[in-house]
Amino acid sequence: MFDWTSFVHSLPLLGQALLVTLKASLAGNLFGFLIAIPVTALRLSSRPLARTLGASYIFVFRGVPLLVQLLVIYYLLPTTGLPNLSPMTAAVLALSLCSGAYIAEILRGGFLAIPPGQIEAARLLGIGAATTLVRIELPQAVRLTLPSLVNELVLLIKASALISVVGLADLSRVAQNLAASDYLFFQHYLVLALAYCLINLPLTFSGRLLERHLARSQYRAAE
Amino acid sequence: MNFDPSILTTHAGEIGDAFLVTVKTWLLGSALGLIVGLALALLIRSLGRWARLPLLALSELIRGTPFLVICFILYYGGPSIGIDLNAIFAGIVCIGFYSSVYFAEIFRSGFNAVPRGQLEAAECLGLGRWQLLVRIELPQMLVIILPALTNLLTVLCKETAILSIITVPELTAVLGGIGTRTFSFAETLVALCLAYLLLVELTARVGNWLERRVGGYLN
Repeated sequence: MFDWTSFVHSLPLLGQALLVTLKASLAGNLFGFLIAIPVTALRLSSRPLARTLGASYIFVFRGVPLLVQLLVIYYLLPTTGLPNLSPMTAAVLALSLCSGAYIAEILRGGFLAIPPGQIEAARLLGIGAATTLVRIELPQAVRLTLPSLVNELVLLIKASALISVVGLADLSRVAQNLAASDYLFFQHYLVLALAYCLINLPLTFSGRLLERHLARSQYRAAE
Repeated sequence: MNFDPSILTTHAGEIGDAFLVTVKTWLLGSALGLIVGLALALLIRSLGRWARLPLLALSELIRGTPFLVICFILYYGGPSIGIDLNAIFAGIVCIGFYSSVYFAEIFRSGFNAVPRGQLEAAECLGLGRWQLLVRIELPQMLVIILPALTNLLTVLCKETAILSIITVPELTAVLGGIGTRTFSFAETLVALCLAYLLLVELTARVGNWLERRVGGYLN
């Protein structure tokens, strides 16, 4: 039923592919976070135009499937005269733009939970708007939304299975190739699923622990 | 780059069929997931603490696996264990199988949100288990979980794009194919984005409308 020789042979290949998957999704998450900060700031701005801009970004990048975003970036951008992107650049760009929209929605909740008195106090102390955002609001917003951010990382690692369509040898693509070479489709895809679970389940559980920890510390703070 | 939308009207029939396939796999798959998810949630609830462990573990494993990999297992791995489906039917089964564990999770939290006192009161009044479920728990739970259900439906709508990889002739596959054949990537991909934005926005609006309609019944 389970072909162990094939499995052992596939391990080094899967190991390399795992690195590609991790590299793309971690880079996507990092840049997505960096994109999310200005998008959240726009979304929560007092100026209507800025708010519309932020909301439109979130609407478009959350509303279009990641697969379609990948196709647009990899196939459409070069026809507009922009330089050809390498598969890895295109993949990281798509993952960042997409996760940026999701992370912005998460951070928004965190920003809204910060007492406005703190921001007024920062203004009175002569701290600039940008410094207030980065040094006072952001750290607290991240702390409050950490469980959701971990959850988003898990979603992004799962979504990164799609980067194989732009020709990257990530976990999914390598498993496809392995299955095509010895026709053990069921076995290779099952191993593939377990490989994703091996990364995702510890993250999911630590996210849940964080959530419980956070709920408890807030409960204590409220007492 | 020139933008010529007439490429869409000349292929209107093909695109219309693809749109229907997208909607069909999305809605039928979601309906399947909803039913299996409710059954799963009820089954897990009725089992003892240890007996439910295998089901919980399986549900964690499915939720840790990308949708694309679920499709690979069911569509390409299926034949080697005796499951052979045509592409569209496989697409519906993939969406249903994948979403069932997410629906079950939503139902679980919904059941937990119904106040315990009500269940005890219903038992005191002599309501049977079935009556309790259908007349007390389900109606309230459905109102509570409505936002989560709408959210999952929009997620699933976008997941149908992935079915193009397992050769389901839905929007992404067909518009992508037209783009490659005629080199009109811009027109087809823009149309593709707009189609998904439309479906997602429509779902969100219907969800909001329903929430406003039924929200008043709580409290």
